[in-house]
Amino acid sequence: MTINPDEIILLQRGWFVINATILFTWLVMLLLTLGSWLVTRNLMSEGTLSRWQNLLEVLVDGIREQIREVSRQDPGPYLPFVGTLFIFIAFSNIMGIVPGFITPTSSLSTTAALAICVFIAVPVFGIARQGLLTYLRQYLEPSFFMLPFNVIGELSRTMALAVRLYGNMMSGAVIVAILLTIAPLVFPVVMQALGLLTGLIQAYIFAILAMVYIASASQAQRQLEARRRESKWKA
Amino acid sequence: MESLELIGIVSIVTAGFTIAIGSLGPALGQGRAVSQALNSIAQQPDEANTITRTLFVGLAMIESTAIYCFVVTMILIFANPFWNYLIG
Repeated sequence: MTINPDEIILLQRGWFVINATILFTWLVMLLLTLGSWLVTRNLMSEGTLSRWQNLLEVLVDGIREQIREVSRQDPGPYLPFVGTLFIFIAFSNIMGIVPGFITPTSSLSTTAALAICVFIAVPVFGIARQGLLTYLRQYLEPSFFMLPFNVIGELSRTMALAVRLYGNMMSGAVIVAILLTIAPLVFPVVMQALGLLTGLIQAYIFAILAMVYIASASQAQRQLEARRRESKWKA
Repeated sequence: MESLELIGIVSIVTAGFTIAIGSLGPALGQGRAVSQALNSIAQQPDEANTITRTLFVGLAMIESTAIYCFVVTMILIFANPFWNYLIG
């Protein structure tokens, strides 16, 4: 039993290595891109929609609605990043039910890469929205002595994001593998079904947490102003 | 006793304790969180959407502590660095 799909090496030419994680990530990317291209090739705005267009519209509209509710802002600028995170993770988790498919999210490399994307996206969105100085000032909130704790919090939540997704997906695979040796008839299927549920919830949570982090980085300005107004009002 | 045996024994026992203690706390915490959320939904059914979303995010946060313990357990059993050092 392996708890790391990075160790399954499919092709090796010198320093150039293709392992299971890379292969199945490419497969997911290919399926998603190809599917979206096929669906959006001929879009209709009236008459009966094709079922695939309907599916995509429901998906995109749902993501927009969730982003609007969480961030209380216009979802436009965040939709590409957060939506891509959600669709990629959800699709690769669901594909785990296909026999022979090794979920790329059950490798720590993939989840760490996704978490680092969030880690970089937070300051990018924050600075783009409220400027460099205002963004940096929020590390000094509520006082100067909190600076190291703010920095540590930023790093540790990135690690938590990666390990949470990896642990959930890897535990699903490990439990199924253990059950296969104990009770191979029906029970693995039940655990796989449970794995589908946890996979979707984890994808949702990853996207929502990314959105919460980005929103908190780009909302500090407004909170600061509100606090200032409040203190002025008190004085 | 051989140091290899010792490492094996300690790793397995520690793995058991890790997952046992590490799942205890999050289980209690999640139970509290869910019961509070159900109370709130019963009192304010209109806010069920917001409460459910926040509940899921909170549950994931609580659960991640259990997941950390699980990952440590898996490392101890399947990818133990000290064991691998002595074997290799």
